[in-house]
Amino acid sequence: MAVTIDDVRHIATLARLGLTDARAAAIVAELNTILEHMDELAKVDTAGVEEAIGVGAEGLPVRDDKGPPFPLARSLDAFAPSVRDGFLLVPRLSTHESPEEA
Amino acid sequence: MTTAESKSVLDRWEMVVGLEVHVQLKTRTKLFCACSAQFGAAPNANTCPVCLALPGALPVVNKQAVGLATRASLAINCEVQPVSVFARKNYFYPDSPKGYQISQFDKPLALRGWIEIGTRSDSSPIRIGVNRVHMEDDAGKSIHDRFAGVTAVDLNRSGVPLIEIVSEPDIRSAEQAGAYLRVLKQILEYVDVSDVNMEEGSLRVDANVSARRRGDTKLGTKTEVKNMNSFSGVERAIEVEFARHVSVLEAGGVIEQQTMLWDGSTVRPARSKEGSHDYRYFPEPDLPPLILDQGWIDKARHDLPELPAARRARFATDYKLGDYDVEVLTSTPRLADYYEEVARAHGEPKAAANWVMGEVMATIKTSGEDISRFRVRPADLASLLGLVRDGVVSHTAGKQIFSHMVATGDQPAQIAEREGLVKVDDDSQLSAWLDEVIAENPNEAERFRNGEKKLQGVLIGAVMKKSKGRADPRKLNQLLTTRLTS
Amino acid sequence: MTARRCAAVRADTAAGHVKAGDTLTAAIDRAREVNAGREGLNVFAWRDDDDARRQASTIADRLADTTPGALLGVPVAVKDNIATLTMPTTCGSRILEGYVSPYEATVVKRLRAAGGIVFGKTNMDEFAMGSSTEHSAYGPTKNPIAPDRVPGGSSGGSAAAVASGIVSIALGSETGGSVRQPAAFCGIVGVKPTYGRVSRFGLVAFASSLDQVGVFGQTVDDAAVGLGAIAGHDEMDSTSADIAVPDYTAGANADVKGLVVGLPKEYFPASLDPKIRAKCDAAIEHLRALGATVKEVSLPNTDLAIPVYYIIAPAEASSNLARFDGVRYGLRLTGDGLRGMYEATRSGGFGPEVTRRILLGTYVLSAGYYDAYYRKAQQVRSLIARDFRRVFDSGVHVLFTPTAPSTAFPIGAISDPYEMYLSDIFTATANLAGVPAMSIPIGRIDGLPVGGQFLASHFDEARMFTAAYALERALGAEARA
Repeated sequence: MAVTIDDVRHIATLARLGLTDARAAAIVAELNTILEHMDELAKVDTAGVEEAIGVGAEGLPVRDDKGPPFPLARSLDAFAPSVRDGFLLVPRLSTHESPEEA
Repeated sequence: MTTAESKSVLDRWEMVVGLEVHVQLKTRTKLFCACSAQFGAAPNANTCPVCLALPGALPVVNKQAVGLATRASLAINCEVQPVSVFARKNYFYPDSPKGYQISQFDKPLALRGWIEIGTRSDSSPIRIGVNRVHMEDDAGKSIHDRFAGVTAVDLNRSGVPLIEIVSEPDIRSAEQAGAYLRVLKQILEYVDVSDVNMEEGSLRVDANVSARRRGDTKLGTKTEVKNMNSFSGVERAIEVEFARHVSVLEAGGVIEQQTMLWDGSTVRPARSKEGSHDYRYFPEPDLPPLILDQGWIDKARHDLPELPAARRARFATDYKLGDYDVEVLTSTPRLADYYEEVARAHGEPKAAANWVMGEVMATIKTSGEDISRFRVRPADLASLLGLVRDGVVSHTAGKQIFSHMVATGDQPAQIAEREGLVKVDDDSQLSAWLDEVIAENPNEAERFRNGEKKLQGVLIGAVMKKSKGRADPRKLNQLLTTRLTS
Repeated sequence: MTARRCAAVRADTAAGHVKAGDTLTAAIDRAREVNAGREGLNVFAWRDDDDARRQASTIADRLADTTPGALLGVPVAVKDNIATLTMPTTCGSRILEGYVSPYEATVVKRLRAAGGIVFGKTNMDEFAMGSSTEHSAYGPTKNPIAPDRVPGGSSGGSAAAVASGIVSIALGSETGGSVRQPAAFCGIVGVKPTYGRVSRFGLVAFASSLDQVGVFGQTVDDAAVGLGAIAGHDEMDSTSADIAVPDYTAGANADVKGLVVGLPKEYFPASLDPKIRAKCDAAIEHLRALGATVKEVSLPNTDLAIPVYYIIAPAEASSNLARFDGVRYGLRLTGDGLRGMYEATRSGGFGPEVTRRILLGTYVLSAGYYDAYYRKAQQVRSLIARDFRRVFDSGVHVLFTPTAPSTAFPIGAISDPYEMYLSDIFTATANLAGVPAMSIPIGRIDGLPVGGQFLASHFDEARMFTAAYALERALGAEARA
């Protein structure tokens, strides 16, 4: 399965990585070389084999529905790039912009 | 479109709708961290490394959220799965701090449920299937108009536990959609898992709409409609979108699979970019599979609070109430609880029903308060009803006493004494009033004495007025009969 | 010259013979001596000696403790992807430049509770993606044994801190070999615990189902003490195991008569460097001489480890690194609107290897490819795990293999990404299967260290340490020859 420049642009969008055309072109070659090695896996018989889930862990631990919350040694202002009146600020979205549009 | 036109559209086209309902679970803390899940705190006050998605933070599941999600699933007849798996749903948005939502994908908490929304003309039940229920964490809030030129993000809501209830595409009309939502909301209220308040955002609805020619079994291309704020909004949006599908298809076009946004009167496409819906789901590596003991699930089913349908049946049988009364009194669980306490304490279900549906609900409607915090407690209302039944006060006086109870919270017997509303059945007092009335209405008195029995009401009414409602009508009748019988 | 052994420092500090401040001064002096700074070996991403002194001054108050902390007065270097309160946590990346975490990792809390002193944050490959510590935004780290060569990666800074004698123990992290391989390249001990043995809360995630905090030590004993201090259940980490932590130093003088040591043939391929093979053979001979039973075994799916690892790790990484978006912390660069901010921040903040792996990971998870790549890789991973289970169930106690296919290569020598990935060929299987593994020095080739690796079954670190202690004792000075 060969990766094309369109594939790279598409996944770069999904990953919100701005790639220059030059870089994108280089990545096509890099990914294809790497993915070639992955083709070995296609030959392996995995019929009926369960996917490895939670390697080394035994069932899901749960916690009681109570606090106190895990404390922060410093408030948001100390490390957030842009805070005002307690809100985090980002470039403005139009009101109806949905996650798919962002 | 005229009714005739729309009727003929429906002859040719069938509406197919599925609803996705997101419900906030009423836990004290968030799904994956111990921050408060309560509404109303200062922006970003309820945050911690986990729900802020700081580097190195990890999720730990809230037991109560699992319990409430299970209860909700059982209440809508789902099969709760002994093994379910959390999965990452990857997308970028400022109110989604991790860059992914932790949800459930191909192994959700529950499958294959149903909700009965009514009966057909042949008395068979109308059931809407529930495909699945899964758990996930809520996103924060993005506020676009607080500061100029920027969007303000508050992550207090980020991490609050949600369940998503996905129906089968069994809904065939806007009306059915509304019924589904109302029944679902009532069931969830009854099992006390959520405030299910659409205005407040603890219940959100997305609709999947498609159209197909009558007789077709294949599903048409569906579109997703979002941004409705009320059940009636959902109904209207579905109708508008269905009409749009029909007009596109009848003109020979194809429906583009996309997200549509409702703005109160129309739908418009969300400006979604091509290929941007690839969520790249994979099992959440930070959380092992959720394994529920079958015994625990069975106990949860056994411990379910009484569901609306069962409560309605019981009210009909135990209290011998008619359909309408049952419907009203069971509309919310707290109201039903209130009624039952009054009915049991008083011993006369019908009288209790009249007073609760009448006086109590009228008062609550005006004041807007919650019945569980209503000042007149069931035991006190039952006392009042007792006074009326025993003839200590008249029905009319009873209503006055009720008003006083609402205003002051005092006991009915106290109020009756204080306000002089205790019924008068003293013969001499009643005779005195009767004499006055007869003297003031000589013609009517004469005519009554001469046989016009229908004037009894007038004379009695006059005495009641004079006595400010305190006169005992029964005694009065006896006296009148004695006095004016020749 | 090396740092004083952990256990010795602790004993002397507890007895009042040595002041924590003096141990710290020795570390600071040594760092200067070996030119650990940016222009020299470039060991540390950040050091705050005043902060270290403040910590050291609190140790005096701890002398009255009934049980002295296991690391009392011991300076410990911490890899820069582990959250600390008083020094930045940059993960070797520009995207977290200057970010000071407002909470601390569980392992750091435990370190401090044990009386350890956090002595600096060490340099690393960006977001732990690399096998050479050449991919840091803060410059490469040099191998103290041979400064024209890499120290290995991604925990190269921590390895260098121990190998140069500044500290006797350091924390690193493992995803595919990032503690064991640098340990081998630098001639020290490096341990990857069983998955779930040590809390990941506060370890910046690279590949969540593979990551573990690991420990470097000058000696097996240092590593054993270090691991003992940080291991154990953590309610903040749902993947951490609720299993008691034994005393890993208990086997320090145990003999290994009757220990069954398996040699998986796939780790001794025909293509293995004959000089490395010779060192391994010598080590194996020592084990035989000590009374161990040595036998050949097979882990047939070993060769699939690299493709499996390089699908699963980047996939999980692509998701774990989505939080670096300029919204709540770290670097923010602007562009056209929100999308522009995301893209400018991430392209400006991430280096080329991280970018490459995020793209690879996004691709293998994307619609149409998930089944062929990610699901398939997870299935093959099960087969790899099964291989280990089968071997351990058959009565083998520990496995012994070379740690790395080469000795430390020159800085800049490997530019082909896949060739670099092959450095993990003997280490990635343990991460995929979740089993514990550790590297100890077994000799030198042309002055460059060679590591030998022990692996054991889940939560059997104690037996693994016992074998390592014995071999270390038997090798003696040979380990540095």
